[in-house]
Amino acid sequence: MDKKEYKKMVDKISPKENKFKNAVVSFLVGGSIGLIGEIIVVVLMNCFGLGRVESYAWLALILVLLGSLFTALNFFDNWVSCAKAGLFLPTTGFAHSIASSALDYKKDGLITGLGANFFKLAGSVLLYGILSAFFLLIVRLIIGA
Amino acid sequence: MPSLKFNNVYINDFYSVAGPLEKVGQIRKFDKTLDDYYFGEKTFELAEIKMQKTVIENLLYKNKCTTMEIDCLIGGDLTNQIAASSYTARKFKIPNLGIYSACASFVEALIISANFIDSKKMKKIIALTSSHNLVAEKQFRFPVEYGAPKKKTSTFTATGSVGALVTGVANNIKIESATIGITVDLDCKDANHLGAAMAPAAADTIKRHLADLKRDVNYYDLILTGDLGTVGSKILLEYLEVNYNIKLKKHVDAGEQIFAKSQDVNAGASGPVSLPLVLFNKVLKNTKFKKILIVGTGALHSPNLLNQKDTIPAIAHAVSLEVL
Repeated sequence: MDKKEYKKMVDKISPKENKFKNAVVSFLVGGSIGLIGEIIVVVLMNCFGLGRVESYAWLALILVLLGSLFTALNFFDNWVSCAKAGLFLPTTGFAHSIASSALDYKKDGLITGLGANFFKLAGSVLLYGILSAFFLLIVRLIIGA
Repeated sequence: MPSLKFNNVYINDFYSVAGPLEKVGQIRKFDKTLDDYYFGEKTFELAEIKMQKTVIENLLYKNKCTTMEIDCLIGGDLTNQIAASSYTARKFKIPNLGIYSACASFVEALIISANFIDSKKMKKIIALTSSHNLVAEKQFRFPVEYGAPKKKTSTFTATGSVGALVTGVANNIKIESATIGITVDLDCKDANHLGAAMAPAAADTIKRHLADLKRDVNYYDLILTGDLGTVGSKILLEYLEVNYNIKLKKHVDAGEQIFAKSQDVNAGASGPVSLPLVLFNKVLKNTKFKKILIVGTGALHSPNLLNQKDTIPAIAHAVSLEVL
């Protein structure tokens, strides 16, 4: 049996992931987070007299705080496993990845452990997030001009 | 290379420590169990070392041995640089061989031990292995608290440590023969589907073992594979039949025997400790199995090389046991 035939055999036997169900769950959970976020923004604008842009900054901080806190309290990983992309794609997932890495490596020292591994998973998000923002800005400058 | 036959090599005693989820799984009867993953230590790595230390101390105590009487400690685990085994070994004045075949490490340790005993170079050897779910998880996958969605084909590293005392003194468990595995790679790249990477290695070793010793597959009352999991086991059976025309009926995979179905571990348990936990605490307790072939299966991948787009090599070592 060559490698291609083996791959076919493995694919035939292995159980398939239910992509449709995962997508629906992710859509609903991710959408709910968006809804909660919007409610927080409205509350911030109306009750605290903040501008829309400022409110979004506060919203990001609040979601990151909740994601980190829930990770530290030991139940957020179960939520993420169930809700999948619905929870790890929004900024809550960013916080979750940082907090979980920090918890893992805190005993390996502040510099060599926690510091070096803090952005182990989130590093890619930061690097490519900043890079794409940079290029989009250039595109905007060109189109705007 | 032909398979090796041994005379007068026996497993005289064993001791097993199992983790907190294992003790509420299918077996439940271990010599010692952990209440939590820390086992009274500060880190998970130290907990794994303590499990190994507990196993050695109890084996020595139960058999009224001093460290001076043990000729060699042969052990391996999943931690980088097989650190758990080495850090355990520094606590005992016993000549030490560190080995690695990933989840086939325990069977490798048994084969090396059997050779030393058979050639009468040594008299008493401790073969040892361990794995710790959270140490392996952190090293091979994601941080412990990170809730990465798991595929249905992924396995769950078992926590525990098992040691066996191998000697030339006649006993009811005889190590009869062994086959050293050939590393097989059929281009599997999915670290969440190690059963698929390891099944061809297991099949190859089983086929060579049977051919070398001119035995039929039904010669054995049971063929116990290490940690192929539910999906990998199905692949093994089909692969054996399609490629080698071997119809394996009396097969059990240790990965399917540790955790209960309700424990949400996807395809089952994995880790070098899975096979000996099931062998000593379940299979050998059942008197109807007289001739047992244990096939330890190991995925020899490194996360680095997988990131560099390489594939997963796998190995399987087999040892034939006779219960007298």
